[in-house]
Amino acid sequence: MSATVETPLGAFWSEYRRDPVAVAALAVVGTLLALALLAPWITPQNPYDLKTLNLMDARRPPGHVGSGGYVHWLGTDPSGRDMLSAIVHGLRISLQMGLMAGAVAFVVGSSLGVLAAYRGGRIEAAIMRVIDLQLSFPAILLALILVALLGQGRGQLVVALIAAQYAYFARTAHGAASAERRKDYIEAALATPLSGARVIWRHLLPNCLPPLIVVGTVQIANAIALEATLSFLGLGLPITEPSLGMLIANGFPHLMNGRTWISVYPGLALILLIVAINLVGDRVRDQLNPRLKR
Amino acid sequence: MLGFVIQRLLQAAAIMLAMSVIVFTGVYAIGNPIDVLIPPDADQKLRAEVIVRYGLDLPLWRQYLVFLGNALQGDFGRSFLYALPTLQLILSRLPATLELALAATLAATLIGVPLGMYAGYRPDSIPARLIMGLSVLGFSLPTFWVGLILILTFAVHLGWLPAGGRGATVEVFGVGWSFLTRDGLMHLLLPALNLSLFKLAMLTRLARAGTREAMLSDFVKFARAQGLSEPLVLFRHVLKTIAIPLVTVFGLELGTTLAFAVVTETIFSWPGMGKLIIDSITALDRPVMVAYLILITFLFVVINLVVDLVYAVLDPRLRQGRTA
Repeated sequence: MSATVETPLGAFWSEYRRDPVAVAALAVVGTLLALALLAPWITPQNPYDLKTLNLMDARRPPGHVGSGGYVHWLGTDPSGRDMLSAIVHGLRISLQMGLMAGAVAFVVGSSLGVLAAYRGGRIEAAIMRVIDLQLSFPAILLALILVALLGQGRGQLVVALIAAQYAYFARTAHGAASAERRKDYIEAALATPLSGARVIWRHLLPNCLPPLIVVGTVQIANAIALEATLSFLGLGLPITEPSLGMLIANGFPHLMNGRTWISVYPGLALILLIVAINLVGDRVRDQLNPRLKR
Repeated sequence: MLGFVIQRLLQAAAIMLAMSVIVFTGVYAIGNPIDVLIPPDADQKLRAEVIVRYGLDLPLWRQYLVFLGNALQGDFGRSFLYALPTLQLILSRLPATLELALAATLAATLIGVPLGMYAGYRPDSIPARLIMGLSVLGFSLPTFWVGLILILTFAVHLGWLPAGGRGATVEVFGVGWSFLTRDGLMHLLLPALNLSLFKLAMLTRLARAGTREAMLSDFVKFARAQGLSEPLVLFRHVLKTIAIPLVTVFGLELGTTLAFAVVTETIFSWPGMGKLIIDSITALDRPVMVAYLILITFLFVVINLVVDLVYAVLDPRLRQGRTA
C-alpha cells in the first residue's frame, strides 16, 4: 500500500535518505541499539555470571576457542570473560545511562528555558543568569564536583550527568521560545480563554522542538562520552555494572603487555557509538536549519 | 566603568561564597570522615581525640564558619592522607599541571591556527576537507580514548616515547620543570598533544571561519591590489583581524584545559593537580577535595572576570549593555 499523502516524518526521511553517510550512521546507531536491547539473549555468555567464567580462558587473544566451546571473537579479559559479550553488555549500560540522563536533562532544561521565555522579567533574568554561569564551567568539572559531593553510584552518576547537560537544553529552549513568543499566533492563543499552561504545552513547546531535538542528539552522545570518561577515571558506576568506559579502564593496564584487545575493542565500540550519533545529529541539524535551505 | 568593575567583583565574590557553602556541606554531609581517619581497631579514647582534633564534633554550621575563616587565610586544613597542609599539597602539584596546560594550549595554537587559515584560504581543496573532517573527530572523540590510542601507538608499538610520568626535571625557583630537559620534553609531548586536541579542533574551525570571511573583505582586495604576495596578505593582514576572537577563546579555554587535565593526567600518570583530585575522591580525602574544588572555581571565576573586563575595555557597547 503506498501512502498518497506525505506525512511530515515521511518528508523528513526522504530528504534524510539522500545523504549516504547519514543513512549509514543511522543504521549503525540502530544496530547498536538493537544489540544493547537484546544483549542478554544474543551474547554467548553472561559476562557477570561468575559461574560461566573459567580462569583457563583468561587473557586469550581474539579468535581463541575457549572452554565453553565457542570462539571468543574479540578475545577474553583477565577473568576469562568473553570480550564480545562484555562489550555488548557494556554498550547496554552506556546507552542506558546516556539516554536516561539525556531524557531527564531534556525535560528539565527545556521546561526551564521555555518557562523563562514565557514569563520574562525577573524570573527570566534569574534563570538565565544561572544557566549562563553554569555554561561557563566545563561539563567535566561540574560532573567531577557532583561526583565528589554526592559520592559514587548509579543514581549519583545520573544526577551528575543531568546537571552537566540540562543547561544546554535550557539555553536552546530559551532562544527558540523567545523568538516564538513574539509571534502573532502565540498572542492569538493568549487572547483566547485557553490557560497559560495549555498555550505553552500545545502551542509554544511544539514549535521549539526542532532545535531541541538537534541538541538532544548531540547531548546524548556527550552524556555517553562523559559517563565513559568518569567511569574510566574510576568515578562512575560501581564495578558490578561495567559500562564501556570501565571496560576500557580495566584493559588499560594490559595495554603495556601487548594485550591490546582488552581495552581497544570496547574503545572502538564507544567511538563507533559516539561518532555515529554525532553524524546523525549533524544531518538532522542541517535539515532543520532553515538557513541552509535553498 | 567603575560601576561595572564593582558589579563584576561582587558577583564573583558571591559565586565563590555560594560555591564554598555547596562544596563544604556536600562534601562533609555525605559519608563520615571519622571512618576514614580512624583505624577500625582504635579504642574510644583515640577516636575522641581525633574527632576533637579535626573539629568533627562541632555542628555543621560551626564547622563551616571555622573552615571559611581559615580558608580566607589560605588554610584549608590538612590532608587526611598525606598529613600535609592541603594548600601546600595542591600548590606543589600546580606547576606540573600548568606546564601541561600551557604546552597544550601553545601546541593547539601553533598547529591549529595555520591549519585553519589554510582551510579557510582554500576551502574546497582536499587537504582542507581532510582538516575539517579531522577537526570533527577532535570534537567528538573522548580525550581519554585518544590518550589511550596515543600510548598504544607511540609508546607500545613504536616505542618512541614514554607512556607516562614526568621524566627528568630541572629546578628553577625551587620548582621542577620538565620542558628544560630532553627526557622531560619526551615525557611532555604525548600528554600535551592529548590535552591539546579539543582546543586544536576548535581553533582550527575558528581560524577557518575567520579567514573565509576575511578573504572576501575589502582590505584583502586592496592588499592584493597593492601587489602584496599572498603569504604577506595572509600573515600580515588576515592573521591580525582573526586574532582578536582567537585570543578570547584562548583565554577562556585555558580554564577548560585545567579542568580536562584531570583526564590526561590520569592516563599519563602526570603528577599534577588533576591526578591528586581523582586520588583524593577515591580515597575520600575531604580537605583536599574541598580545597581543590574551591581553588579551581576560583581560577575559573578569575579567568571569566578578566575576559569580561578585557572585553569591556575593547568594546564599549558591551560595557553599557551589561551594567544596565
